[in-house]
Amino acid sequence: MTEERDALIQAVREFADLELAPNAERWDAEKHFPVDTLRLAGQLGLGGESVREDVGGSGLSRLDAVAMFEELAKGDTTIAAYISIHNMVAWMIDTYGDDAQRERWVPGLAAMTDLGSYCLTEPGAGSDAAAITTSARRDGDDYVINGVKQFVSGAGSSAVHLVMARTGEPGSRGISAIVVPDGTPGLGFGRNEEKMGWHAPRGHQRDHAAGRRAEPSGRGRVTTNAGRAVRDRRPSTRDLGYA
Amino acid sequence: MKIIVIVKEVPDTYGERKLDLETGLADRAASEPVLDEIGERALEVALSHADANEAEVVVMSMAPERAAATIRKGLAMGAASAVQVADPGLAGADLGLTARTLAAAIRKTGFDLVITGNLSTDGSGGVLPAMLAELLDVPNLTALSSVEIAADSVSGGRDSDDGTMRLSAKLPAVISITEALPDARFPNFKGIMAAKKKPFETLAAADLGIDPQDLSVAASIMTAIAEKPPRSAGVKITDEGDGGVKIAEFLVENRLA
Repeated sequence: MTEERDALIQAVREFADLELAPNAERWDAEKHFPVDTLRLAGQLGLGGESVREDVGGSGLSRLDAVAMFEELAKGDTTIAAYISIHNMVAWMIDTYGDDAQRERWVPGLAAMTDLGSYCLTEPGAGSDAAAITTSARRDGDDYVINGVKQFVSGAGSSAVHLVMARTGEPGSRGISAIVVPDGTPGLGFGRNEEKMGWHAPRGHQRDHAAGRRAEPSGRGRVTTNAGRAVRDRRPSTRDLGYA
Repeated sequence: MKIIVIVKEVPDTYGERKLDLETGLADRAASEPVLDEIGERALEVALSHADANEAEVVVMSMAPERAAATIRKGLAMGAASAVQVADPGLAGADLGLTARTLAAAIRKTGFDLVITGNLSTDGSGGVLPAMLAELLDVPNLTALSSVEIAADSVSGGRDSDDGTMRLSAKLPAVISITEALPDARFPNFKGIMAAKKKPFETLAAADLGIDPQDLSVAASIMTAIAEKPPRSAGVKITDEGDGGVKIAEFLVENRLA
């Protein structure tokens, strides 16, 4: 291990020891999502670990990132998981977004002044990306999304929701990831789900409640074909064997 | 303005600290080495001044060569350069030799202000700042719990059991600070990656005109060393109506009253 990598991991360990571990139990008990602490994580560089540096990312390797999530998870497994999810959003927009999307969203995500939610799971499909039924229909420059998502970590606090929706054929190739900013008309949240030992990230909420209103449930801009990205990036506490 | 912050690699405060009974030196392998927290706070004083003013911050340490990674943390936090005096001849240096060596390095580097912690977590000597000021022939404000740095002066508050004092001095000066000052910032990833590109000067004693074996200079000699005795159980006083009297007797008996 290089001295620099050692120093990076040491910095994350210190952050986890001082800011996460002493609070983890209370956050879980109070179902508190620690937005202020996530800002500190952003200052450290944890908001865009593998994101390119021109938009504020840290440009780290996958191996560095896994070692860091190992340290974060020692402090608070659920917040570590949320940060990994947030990083999936930042990385996906950085990698597959167009220039305007990168410039609009990635700097704030990297700094964690904007939080990201990754909206994949559906009540009927679990995390089986290939089976989701949320649909997106082209409408001019936008997409109109209809569907319900579940277990969306950070929902309600996020500036940007990355919604996986079907734009094409059945199966994983027909799915796109669509950037839905907070406040988009039709974007709605349901109840905070009860998840044993997993309260702090509000990994909850039904999103995009289709059929509740006559109007379309969400509009957004397309980012990418999502199937490959999900396979590549589903990270890192899972790499540790939690999940 | 050039601010030099003296930092030190110490055994982890929360780990076990051991002396080598053969040499009398700290057993540095007994626990994880860390940058002394009080030195980090001293660095924070300098960096927060540099955030808002023209100032160059240098971290300086006298430490074995392997402490370079720990000192580099100061660069990751935001210092512009580092100076390490690393010389096997300085192993086990007493406070006098340490002060002479650091004073020579400070003079060589040039300074307007030197900031140190009030005492290290491992040696707990607490006299180094005063020794540095004496050798550099500049004013010394010790144990400051608040610090204001101006273009040509430094001032601050010192808390004691009897009250608080306001102190100030013209620059150049040496100050030491207490734990009342704020926690240091985290080094962030960008800082860590920038640290390896910053100037890092390593000096030997001879580069500073210091001879560690110079017998014409007074030095301390260790005459005995022993392991710290294990903690024994305390005295338990059960209150049967006369608890207060018993505690008073205990205090008088042990000359603690």
